[in-house]
Amino acid sequence: MPSMTPFAHHRPATLDDALALMALHGPDARVIAGGTDLVPRLRSGAASAAHLVSVGRIAELSRIAFDPETGLVIGAGARLADVGRHPEVQSRYGALADALSVMATVQIRTMGTVAGNLANGSPCADTASPLLVHEARVELARQGSRREVALEAFFRGPREVDLDPAEVLVAIHVPTPAPGARSVYLRMSARSRVDMAAAGAAALLVLDSKGRVERARLALTAVAPTPLRCPDAEALLAGQEPTADRLAKAAAACAAAARPIDDVRATAVYRRHVVGVLARRALERCVAGAKGGAR
Amino acid sequence: MTLETVELLVNGDRYRVTIDPRRSLAEVLREDLRLTGTKVGCNHGDCGACTVLLEGRPVCSCLLLAVEADGRPVTTIEGLAATPKDLHPVQKSFAERGAVQCGFCTSGMILSSVHLLEQTPEPDDLTIRRGLSGNLCRCTGYTKIVDAVRTAAAMPRRAEDR
Repeated sequence: MPSMTPFAHHRPATLDDALALMALHGPDARVIAGGTDLVPRLRSGAASAAHLVSVGRIAELSRIAFDPETGLVIGAGARLADVGRHPEVQSRYGALADALSVMATVQIRTMGTVAGNLANGSPCADTASPLLVHEARVELARQGSRREVALEAFFRGPREVDLDPAEVLVAIHVPTPAPGARSVYLRMSARSRVDMAAAGAAALLVLDSKGRVERARLALTAVAPTPLRCPDAEALLAGQEPTADRLAKAAAACAAAARPIDDVRATAVYRRHVVGVLARRALERCVAGAKGGAR
Repeated sequence: MTLETVELLVNGDRYRVTIDPRRSLAEVLREDLRLTGTKVGCNHGDCGACTVLLEGRPVCSCLLLAVEADGRPVTTIEGLAATPKDLHPVQKSFAERGAVQCGFCTSGMILSSVHLLEQTPEPDDLTIRRGLSGNLCRCTGYTKIVDAVRTAAAMPRRAEDR
């Protein structure tokens, strides 16, 4: 165990108590939810904290709720496994359900949270691209105030997010998708499930009554310093017939937007290639789904 | 360093322990409670040897700080059978099908299998493989492990084992 520096572990029962602890300890405190990322980082010395504030016991943060008017709310304590099997997530937020079924292991999905997956700021966070194409916003609270930030703006760099030391990411808000919207997430890794993604792509498409693209959203995993939205590729699709050629052009624009690196999981060259392939396949599946086939 | 006193509810027994909050549940189970059936393999949450059930669901006890388990029911391999003389049907099935070689992954495999069968009482082989994807066997005895889970699924079971 203890190569980690000592810390005090707090288990507040309410969000107010958690925010008071964060206000008191500020930069010396870290929120712990599932701990599946933070604990190994504390052990290796990559992260340190004098105070851990556990949010796992705060009932109001564990909610997963859907309302057609306001959309989906995923509380900061909601476990990956529970979000993934929520019927509204499965029926309306396909890309997110895809990510939650392919990432990590049963054990890690039981422990980890969507909020933690985002707040870690990892470019390879599997839930990030699906939530980007669904235009999620994150709700951040500190003692006495709250704010909402578009997920796209929340990511600032590798392990850097728009979260102040005294703030807690309390919920993720995802709007209700347009009727007929389809979204898909695909990822690639050397060892499947257990390993983190070497590259991933999420796509969302809405087709109009003539079968043309009314709305397209594309986002990429693990090919840039942050999870990456691809507005150039989206623009190539808007208003167009989703022909094979058109989808391939958009996928090529995704590959061009990528800024990958070489690391232990893949080379930059491979990442750029495969992310284009994944984007094309994700788009093809969206089109097939929107035209009435299975997602 | 501050020690913390927490209450661990393991296999229906209540333990009050005063521990360094940096310690994992796996360490406290093995070193303080002497429940050494829980194994630590990678200590990174990859191999699943340390799997225990927390509130009935599989977690990696090597990644879980023991203080996080304060007041929450934990089941380890020692607590699976109804009495110390019995075997749980999944344990029995692993023994009968030869699904144990070195045994290091077995506790975790069995606990993951118990959870899998609770979720999916009649799993196909793909469902079994997916359900056990967080448990590695380096003897590569996967075929017999999948056999054992399939066999356990077919066994008549008492209500309290489900």
